[in-house]
Amino acid sequence: MKVPDTKKDIITQLQKSILLMQGFVPPSAGLADTVGLGAVEAAFPNAVFPAGAIHEFLSAAPEQAAASGGFISGILNALMQRGGACLWISISRTLFPPALKAFGLEPDRIIFIDLKREKDVLWAMEEALKCPGLAAVIAEVREVSFTESRRLQLAAEQSRVTGFILRSDARKLSATACVARWNITPLPSELESGMPGVGFPRWNVELLKVRNGNPGNWKVEWSAGGFIPIRKDPVKAILPLKSLRAG
Amino acid sequence: MQKRFVTIWFRHLLTDWLSLRRPALREIPFVFAVKDHGRLVVTAANTLAEEQGLSPGMVAADAKAIIPSLEVINDIPGQDIKLLRALGEWCIRYTPTIALDAPDGLILDVSGCAHLWGGERAYLKEIVTRLRSKGYDVRAAMADTIGTAWAISRFGKLTPIIENNRQAEALLSLPPAALRLQPDVLERLQKLGLRTINSFITMPRSVLRRRFGQGLLQRLDQALGNVEEPVQSLQPLEPYQERLPCLEPIRTAIGIEIAVQRLLEMLCARLQQEGKGLRTAVFKGYRIDGKVVQMEIGTNLASHNTRHLFKLFELKISTLEPALGIELFILEAPKVEDIPPAQEALWAGKPGLEDTAIAELLDRLAGKVGANTIHRYLPDEHYWPERSIKVSSSIREKAVLTWRSDRPRPVQLLARPEQIEVTAPIPDYPPMLFRYKGEVHQVKKADGPERIEREWWLEGGQHRDYYHIEDENGQRYWLFRSGHYNGGGSDQWFIHGFFA
Repeated sequence: MKVPDTKKDIITQLQKSILLMQGFVPPSAGLADTVGLGAVEAAFPNAVFPAGAIHEFLSAAPEQAAASGGFISGILNALMQRGGACLWISISRTLFPPALKAFGLEPDRIIFIDLKREKDVLWAMEEALKCPGLAAVIAEVREVSFTESRRLQLAAEQSRVTGFILRSDARKLSATACVARWNITPLPSELESGMPGVGFPRWNVELLKVRNGNPGNWKVEWSAGGFIPIRKDPVKAILPLKSLRAG
Repeated sequence: MQKRFVTIWFRHLLTDWLSLRRPALREIPFVFAVKDHGRLVVTAANTLAEEQGLSPGMVAADAKAIIPSLEVINDIPGQDIKLLRALGEWCIRYTPTIALDAPDGLILDVSGCAHLWGGERAYLKEIVTRLRSKGYDVRAAMADTIGTAWAISRFGKLTPIIENNRQAEALLSLPPAALRLQPDVLERLQKLGLRTINSFITMPRSVLRRRFGQGLLQRLDQALGNVEEPVQSLQPLEPYQERLPCLEPIRTAIGIEIAVQRLLEMLCARLQQEGKGLRTAVFKGYRIDGKVVQMEIGTNLASHNTRHLFKLFELKISTLEPALGIELFILEAPKVEDIPPAQEALWAGKPGLEDTAIAELLDRLAGKVGANTIHRYLPDEHYWPERSIKVSSSIREKAVLTWRSDRPRPVQLLARPEQIEVTAPIPDYPPMLFRYKGEVHQVKKADGPERIEREWWLEGGQHRDYYHIEDENGQRYWLFRSGHYNGGGSDQWFIHGFFA
């Protein structure tokens, strides 16, 4: 065996063990650990969406909070496939449960914790992350410090529960121990061949930070019960006008 | 050992009870009545009413004709049994074996109890005077058999205490009704002129059986003591309570923790044996200065898991003030429910809301931040967005309806719609632009209107015409116009939500 090859092997080996120490567990053989995000998942280490970790979403405006809410529901749909419940912890919640049905979730499987104090939210989230029976925990907070996020991350690594933090105070973006920082913004929807009306929700999915991964920018649409990447070329080029008329 | 029985007859059980609660009724005649075939039938009458000739079974209208000032009170079904049970439990001070004799009596098995009160006479006197002083008009009798005691308590004229093996003599002069016979048998005896037990007790048994059936013979044998009469004794509910007295007053948090742990172990062992779990528990500490400090916990699912319950109490131990020290700890479980026996090993990893781990997590959260912070929603049969969901009462409650997804609903819904300025030049078309929080949004795409009528049987007001709107940046909103289009600037437009 050649020396450089071995060196490369050693480096990849070391990288893998570092990832393991940081809480990235390679997918087990039997389980399909995809959340249906397609190309976005390739940005993560091992090209797998890190469940059992804390993800952070920026949601300053209510429009952005709505977009993040929709996007997270899409991911939850995959996480809760095998039955399961999740906790949504917030202070002044505006989330409307029936809307989540459009993203394939059963809204009665979500338990909402409506608290009065910001401090309680983080406590409740940590408590919930220690409970392995849950599929995911979502918390709406204004701000989270590095220490707090580290505590949450450790709890999530222990129990393999996925945590989502929606940060509403976008002005001071302190560093956190979360595996990824997402920024979801709504995009104008488009219907086939420019028909009038509002189409399926579309988002600009921005990964601002990924631990051991590659940040990037994607455009996705939620339709037919899954994330669909938006092709660069217009849709009408694919569907000839004739076939539409025939229909 | 010779058996002895006491029977107590509450002559006016229900009316006495009501007079005790409403002393004003003591001075006036009143009856209880129940609706039967479209008329009111008297079920119980008090002494004053009975003196004037009223009796149970009469029609209330007839009774009113006799006493115009008669008070008729609606009968409470099951009240007499409830009352008897309570009185029976009170009587446990006299003997451990007590049976109910519906509708108006108690049977006490007093074998070997009377000497504790200094003889049978003193014993019986004690029971009767105590009950009479409470306000119940009672008669009691003691005999070797239930049948004789029953007969003497209802019909006896001489002595209430029948000596050993003297049942037959005591019964001879009594009417046949004293034998607890069926009404039709009594009627036949009456017709044949057999007005006392004496007149037929000497007849051959085969004759009695042929003419009056086996029932008469059995009652006669029971009264005379030839056959045993089984009774179903009252089982008082033992409260779920554990006590832990301390030699030295406890003042430290660790001491209290140990007390909680010990009491929980004792209580949970009992609960587990009975297949029950507690929903609420109260932990009380009796301090040496005479005050009582306590903490309470509640659970979402009945539980007898010591470790979990301890965790719930642990959060609250700091709220207890031991002051000079606590000398007695009591743990009570006022609300206890059955637990379906779980196959722990098989179901432990079961995902979803059935997982006990989730219920325990919610208990912990509720213990710290209050149970009213936890919500779970189920669909409700309303189109009006604010009413389309209802809070589920328990974590196990299943959705009866399915969640609708045929109409677009926003991910974020404002708690209360906010008024916005809108330019909408064409009737029933979506607006061209709107201003929300000082920012102008040009409407590029829109769906709607979706008219949602206000449910007039719940509240009045205008209907809403909802529009699903997308602005030039791709942000999606849920707007509505309240009421019909009027033109001009008089329309009221609101923003109600944000789509994903």
